[in-house]
Amino acid sequence: MRVVEKRQLLSAKEIDRTLQRLAHEIVEKSGGTKDLALIGVRRRGVPLSERLAKTILAFSQVQVPVGILDITLYRDDLSTVGPQPVVHSTNIDFSVDGQDLVLVDDVLYTGRTMRAAMNGLFDLGRPRRIRLCVLIDRGHRELPIEATFVGRTVETSDTEIVEVRLQEIDEEERVMLVDRVS
Amino acid sequence: MLLRPKHLLGIESLTADQILFYLDQSKPFQEFQRHPLKKLATLRGKTVAVAFFESSTRTRISFTTAASRLGADTMALQAESSSLKKGESLIDTVRTLEAMRPDGIVIRHSSSGAPEFVAERLEIPVMNAGDGTHEHPTQALLDALTIRDRKGKLEGWNVTILGDILHSRVARSNIYLLSKFGARITLCGPGMWVPAELETLAPNVRRVSRIEEGLDGADVIIVLRVQSERLHEPGLPAAEYILRYQLTNERLRLARPDALVLHPGPMIRGLEIDPAVADGPQCAVLEQVTNGLAVRMALLYHLIGGAPADAPHPAKE
Repeated sequence: MRVVEKRQLLSAKEIDRTLQRLAHEIVEKSGGTKDLALIGVRRRGVPLSERLAKTILAFSQVQVPVGILDITLYRDDLSTVGPQPVVHSTNIDFSVDGQDLVLVDDVLYTGRTMRAAMNGLFDLGRPRRIRLCVLIDRGHRELPIEATFVGRTVETSDTEIVEVRLQEIDEEERVMLVDRVS
Repeated sequence: MLLRPKHLLGIESLTADQILFYLDQSKPFQEFQRHPLKKLATLRGKTVAVAFFESSTRTRISFTTAASRLGADTMALQAESSSLKKGESLIDTVRTLEAMRPDGIVIRHSSSGAPEFVAERLEIPVMNAGDGTHEHPTQALLDALTIRDRKGKLEGWNVTILGDILHSRVARSNIYLLSKFGARITLCGPGMWVPAELETLAPNVRRVSRIEEGLDGADVIIVLRVQSERLHEPGLPAAEYILRYQLTNERLRLARPDALVLHPGPMIRGLEIDPAVADGPQCAVLEQVTNGLAVRMALLYHLIGGAPADAPHPAKE
């Protein structure tokens, strides 16, 4: 599969400003930080959730707990993928019971990842509430899933891919729109 | 070579990388055992045939629980076969299994080589849960996981295996596995249970007959169960085995101070192991059991389920 870069959606600076705004929005729309916890969905949701927590700490002096969720075991496409995908660790070292959780991921697309993430969270307990925070909402939902906190909404076609590149994982920082070329 | 072979028949043919892959994949499943809700839908709709032709409660329950926690259904086949009818009854049973179309089979059999025999005749993945005196790969993997977790690494330890090595598939699989990671292995037990040929199984394997010599400098001690039938063989009554080979705290002090004690189970307290050692801080038998569940879940996840190797990959990810 060949891809060709079409255009940049967010620069490093824009990513940072967007995350700052999202962090404030989360605290504002939660009426504070009580029982608030962020769950970063592997892979890129993890550094995003850590950055959000750091920003929240800076302006509210509260260290919101951050967990890491791996959704591999909850995917609905395992019987079509070929050899089983490698499983990574979920690391949520606090109870989710009664917590006000915000799932954090880079891109919201079909919604299947979020469905899997919710299944994973329910295996751990009974959160009071789950909302979703994504950097990019690219449409094309296949399930009734919505994000409460959205960095930017982008219209995309089926062949396009939104690539979020973060320093912690990709050693560069920007969001690109790329197209599949046959 | 495929990182993930189709079957798990033994440790001997696995590379160190393949072993590390399975150990690393066991970690998320270790964490899973602490979830309040231990039920996934990952292998939903799959059926795992758990075919035990030799009696076993622990390993059978471990495999059945592992499959069930992954969401798979299990077919439990328990049959104690007379060793006289080896080949024939296995062919018949294999045909019966085929007709029921499971997605994978876990097999324990009293004949060495039975899992390979089955793997040659069925299309589905086969996991060896212990065959004769040949191999018990999942035991070696869970032992390795326990060693790595408790001692911080897997490489380069002095490992002593204590007891009836000759008749032990656990010992063989452990010898194969640990020697791939640079272990120096000492086999210690009564002479007739530790024949010279065992030294040829892997590099860096030596035999000693005195337990004091066997434990000197040991980092890991694997205590083998003494099969009660063997004690009625001429030459080694239980009292003498206890006198010469029981692992006591006093003898444990001859090993390294932080030596790890493993036992594949079931333990016979007061025979091969002193209860004080079994219940002591250096003994990791309960972790072995938990790790066994994690290892078997990781293996079932990777071997069973998923599309066949030639299925098209989806475009996403």
